[in-house]
Amino acid sequence: MNIIVCIKQVPAKDAPLAIAGNWIKESDIGFEMNEPDSFALEEALRLKEKHGGEVITLSMGPERVKQTIKEALAKGADRGIHIADNNFAQLDPLGSARALAAAIQKEKADLVLTGLQSDDHGFGQTGVLIAALLNLPHATIIMQIEVTDGRMKLKRELEAGWFQWMECPLPAVLSIQSGINKVRYATLKGIMAAKKKEIATITRESLGASGELTQKIEKIYVPAKTKQTEFLTGTPKEVAAKLVEKLKFEARVI
Amino acid sequence: MKILVITELRQGKWNNTSFETLVAAQQIAVATSSTVTALMIGKDVAALAEELAGKKVAEVLLVEHDLLETYTPDGYCVALSQAIGAAKPDLVLFPHTYQVRDFAPKLAAMLGKGMIGDCVGYRNEGGKLVFVRQMFQGKTAADVTFQGAGPWFASFQSGAFRSDLLAAHPSGKAPVNKVAVTLNAAQIRTKPLELFKEAKSAVDLTQAPLIVAIGRGIKAPENIPLAQALAKAIGGEIAASRPICDEGWLPMERQIGSSGQTVAPKLYLALGISGAIQHVVGMKGARTIVAINKDANAPIFEIADYGVVGDIFEIMPALTEALEKAKSA
Repeated sequence: MNIIVCIKQVPAKDAPLAIAGNWIKESDIGFEMNEPDSFALEEALRLKEKHGGEVITLSMGPERVKQTIKEALAKGADRGIHIADNNFAQLDPLGSARALAAAIQKEKADLVLTGLQSDDHGFGQTGVLIAALLNLPHATIIMQIEVTDGRMKLKRELEAGWFQWMECPLPAVLSIQSGINKVRYATLKGIMAAKKKEIATITRESLGASGELTQKIEKIYVPAKTKQTEFLTGTPKEVAAKLVEKLKFEARVI
Repeated sequence: MKILVITELRQGKWNNTSFETLVAAQQIAVATSSTVTALMIGKDVAALAEELAGKKVAEVLLVEHDLLETYTPDGYCVALSQAIGAAKPDLVLFPHTYQVRDFAPKLAAMLGKGMIGDCVGYRNEGGKLVFVRQMFQGKTAADVTFQGAGPWFASFQSGAFRSDLLAAHPSGKAPVNKVAVTLNAAQIRTKPLELFKEAKSAVDLTQAPLIVAIGRGIKAPENIPLAQALAKAIGGEIAASRPICDEGWLPMERQIGSSGQTVAPKLYLALGISGAIQHVVGMKGARTIVAINKDANAPIFEIADYGVVGDIFEIMPALTEALEKAKSA
């Protein structure tokens, strides 16, 4: 079973965000694998261990993205594809999906996996759009995958604590829910092995998959506060005493 | 402008976010001199379409088919693309539910259009609509505009609009018009099977008046007893954001947020919770919100009544002690 995992590289969780127009200043901050995508990668590796085949990791963005591809290779992916594009942050969801779908089409994949959403843009559309563009069946927010005889039985998470079983033929595109598995760490052996693995770079232009922007982020900003927060300061002991007083006599909730 | 709202049911009953989105549409319609059309999709749902017709809408569209009895992304996309082709709306609005996430981007793409998902509001800037959504897990907001010709697609986050502001039809009822769609079984590639809930909840957080919730800031499962001691001192239930339950540190039934419980307690004490939107949608209705976090820029402070910027490991025991002292006093 050949699996392509789409992995985005995003600003590190604790990176201070300096806003610059409709994106952030990228200098001086660290980047990391989008956490929701790490669950998709782990699921792909587990499926490969069970059913054989190849795991290909697919990422788009500037040169730095290769670091995230290497991390995926160190965890056990077989090879990587890097769609080089310095203007990646300015793409809309459909634009990103067009490029990813074009790269996927060049491969013979049985399954395409994505994470639930990215921790930066948070569009949460990529997997569904890839399926639409490649005319493949899809399912999202997946908590379990069982493959038998070319079909999948999937556990899909619904809202308010509900789940649903469903069947889906292969090939297909799945968006994986965070928490589906326990993500592995790269071993030293894996890191060494990754050095010999292939990363193919193609430019987004060469994929011929561009289209008109359907939406544009005009600007980003720190949201206006909806509530006036009263900040309590002092030593932990002082803060605790103040807070108990506020909750008791001001908010009257305890 | 013609605004079309795609309403949603949850297991045969109204999903309340459908009404919130209808309110959004009504407000945008007033601001832009537009009309609102509400769409009902399913099988044997005419009675619910009649209910929609009692709201302030110009028209209700009823899309019924045997193959739409149970939701599938293929079935919905095939049917709705035909309905949208016939109705010719300029703007199509959805509630941002798990189901909408599952099919709406595909529906838009089938028509060569884009979707602005998970919006928390909109602004009308001289006739140009600006949609506001969150980025970087709620740390920033973004103003987003549509490019090119419509129909445009957008979804609104749960709680972004108040469903109690839904306006009734001024003179009785809007017409309900059936839209015939062609759909065959071969077009539906996935097969939905049974619905189920995991182990029955032992605790009903929705009924808890006081909730002490922990997030990533708790760092390790060994630290949870500190929060539990605090919850005990305050007389509340312990809850958590998704990552904590994903790790198995607390059972899933204690998870607050879009994939867990939605609560509105008297007091919500958020410990080491950054305030990602997926969590905030589940607790922003709390009457009093206290946030304790080491990061002064954490989005949880946007909605907190009381905030403490500091180390939860120092403040939790101090607060437990202060609460116990207050009790015995």
